[in-house]
Amino acid sequence: MAETLAHVRERFPQYVLDVASPLGDDTIVLHREGIVPVLAFLRDEMGFTLPLDVTAVDRLAMAPGKPAHRTPPLHPMLHTQTVPALGVVDGHRFEVVYHLRRMADGALVRLKVPVREDDCAVPTATGVFKGFDWFEREVYDMFGVRFEGHPNLRRILNYPEFVGHPLRKDYPRRGHQPLLDMPGIQRDAVPGRDDTGRGR
Amino acid sequence: MSDVATDTPRAQDPSRGEYTTINMGPSHPAMHGTVRIRLQLDGETIQDADIEIGFLHRGFEKMAEAGTWSQVIPYTDRLNYVSPLINNVGYVGAVEKLLGIDVPLRCQYVRVFVSEVARIADHLTAIGAQALELGAYTPFLWALQAREELYFLIEFITGARVTSCYTRVGGLRWDLPEGWQDRYLAAEKVVQKCQADMDALLTRNRIFIDRMADVGTIGPQDAVAYGFTGPCLRASGVDYDVRKNLPYLVYDRLDFDVPIGTKGDNLDRYLVRMEEMRQSMRLCQQVIRDIPEGPVNVDDWRVVLPPKDAVYNTIEGMIAHFEIIMKGIPVPAGEAYYAVEGGNGEVGFYVVSDGSGFPYRVHCRPPCFAIMQGLKDMIVGGLVADVIPTFDGINMIGGEIDR
Repeated sequence: MAETLAHVRERFPQYVLDVASPLGDDTIVLHREGIVPVLAFLRDEMGFTLPLDVTAVDRLAMAPGKPAHRTPPLHPMLHTQTVPALGVVDGHRFEVVYHLRRMADGALVRLKVPVREDDCAVPTATGVFKGFDWFEREVYDMFGVRFEGHPNLRRILNYPEFVGHPLRKDYPRRGHQPLLDMPGIQRDAVPGRDDTGRGR
Repeated sequence: MSDVATDTPRAQDPSRGEYTTINMGPSHPAMHGTVRIRLQLDGETIQDADIEIGFLHRGFEKMAEAGTWSQVIPYTDRLNYVSPLINNVGYVGAVEKLLGIDVPLRCQYVRVFVSEVARIADHLTAIGAQALELGAYTPFLWALQAREELYFLIEFITGARVTSCYTRVGGLRWDLPEGWQDRYLAAEKVVQKCQADMDALLTRNRIFIDRMADVGTIGPQDAVAYGFTGPCLRASGVDYDVRKNLPYLVYDRLDFDVPIGTKGDNLDRYLVRMEEMRQSMRLCQQVIRDIPEGPVNVDDWRVVLPPKDAVYNTIEGMIAHFEIIMKGIPVPAGEAYYAVEGGNGEVGFYVVSDGSGFPYRVHCRPPCFAIMQGLKDMIVGGLVADVIPTFDGINMIGGEIDR
C-alpha cells in the first residue's frame, strides 16, 4: 500500500504537498495542477482503474483549536491516525477529494486538492476518468467549485434556477428554496434570495 | 455538445437530417417518477440522450450535518429504500472505522445476515420490475409476494418493513429475536419457489430473451471507466465484488461464488442477479450454521447506550446515556472511507469528523449514480422501446442516486 504513496511522491515531487495513510486509507494531498497527471499515472501505472468518487469538504466551520483535539482516541492502540490540520489554512477553504480503487487487491487511494475560496477552480479529471463527469457536476452544484474544461458543467441534483451552493457551511441548514411559491411557510434566509427565502 | 443538452427547442440540422426530440419522464411509468431522459430520435432510433436526475433530492448530506452521529442512521434507510439494511451497515462501518473499534463477532454475523436478506429483496424487486415493464405481470407479482415474506422477516427482526434503522455505532439495536432461523427458512422456501417459477417463465422465454439479449450492451473497459460496480459491472465480465476483493465483516470466512457475465447486456444482468440471490441464500445458511453466541454490542458506554437497568439505577449509566444522547458519540477528528457491497454495487461512505459528537461531513457514494452516467452509452443507437429494459436492468433507485 505504502509503495503507491512513495511512487507518486518520487514521480511528482513538484505537485505532492503531503502523503499519509490515516486508518489505512492512502492519502495524497496535491497541488491542483497535479491532479490530471497524477490520476493518469495512478490509472496507467499503478492499476487504480476504477473511479469511485469525487466529493468536497468545506473547512469553514472547522475552526482551528475549537472542538478537535478535545477528544482523546478511544483506543489508542488501534488508532494510529494523525489529527489533520484543521480549519481554513492559508485561504484554502475547500478540499476536493477523489477516491480511486485498484480492483485486484481492493486497495484504495484518496487524493485531496485544497482550493482557495477566491479562486475556486480545479482542472477537470473527466479526460482521465469519464466516470467523474457527474461527480464533478455534483461538487460544482453543492460547493460551487468549478472544474475547468469540464464538457458539461451544469447543476445536477438541484434545479437550474437554484441560488447558492447548499453544502457550503455558510448555507443555512433550513434554507429551503422551493421553485414554486409556498405561502405561509417561513424559511431561513438564503444568501442571494429575498429575506423569506421564498421563490421568486 | 448536442442540442439536447443545451436545451434548444428542436434539432433541425440539415447536414444530419431531421430529428425529433421527446421527453421520457419524469412522469413516465417506467422512469419511476424520478428521472427525465430527453431523447433525440431519428425515426425510432436514439441519436442522443440527456439524462436528468435530482427529482428526489432531499439534502441527505446536509441533514446529516445537523444531528449527532447516531441520528444519521435513520436517514440512511432512505438511500436505497429497497435494501436499507445494507446502507445501515455501511454507514456505521464508516463511523466505527473512524472510532477504531471492532464490533463483536456475533454482531458481524448478524450484519452479514441482514445484508444478504436485503440483497435478495433488492434483486427480486429489480428482476420483477424488469419483467413487469416488458409486459410480464405475473413474475412481478410473484417477486413481490416473495419479497413480502422477506419484509415480514425484516419486520420481525428490526420492527419495520423498510425503515429498518437496525444497526447502531458499535453494534445493533438489539440481537436477533428468538426463532429467527425458522422464520428465515420459511421465507427462503417461498423465495426459492418464486425464483424457480420465474426462472421457468423467463430464462428460456423467447420474447423475454429477444428483448433482453444484446440490448443495452456495455463492455468491460467502458463499465470500469464509468465507475460501474455491482451486478452491472460483473455482467460486463469484470470480477469485482467488495465482499470478495476487500472482505469486510466476516465475508472472508464464508463460502460463496461471484457470478460473472460475458457480454454486459440486459440478459447478463438478469442472470447475474438470479445467481446472486442463490449465493445470498447460501450465505444466510452459513450464517445460521456458524453464528456464535455472545454479545452484539461493544462494551463501551461512550459508544453504545447502556442497558436501561443501568440508566435508571446507576449514576454512571445515566450520565453515559445523557452524554450520548445530548453530545453524541465522541468520534476522533479525521476522515474515513468505508465501502460495502450494496444491491447495486459499492456503497461507500466518506465521513469527516472534527472531533465532536456531530458529523462534520457525511458523503455517500451511491453506486447507481455512476451507473446512470453510462446509461447514455447503453441506449444511444438503440430503439426507444429498449430504453425500458435497459433502464430497469441497472435498477436505478431514486433515493440513492438523488440523496
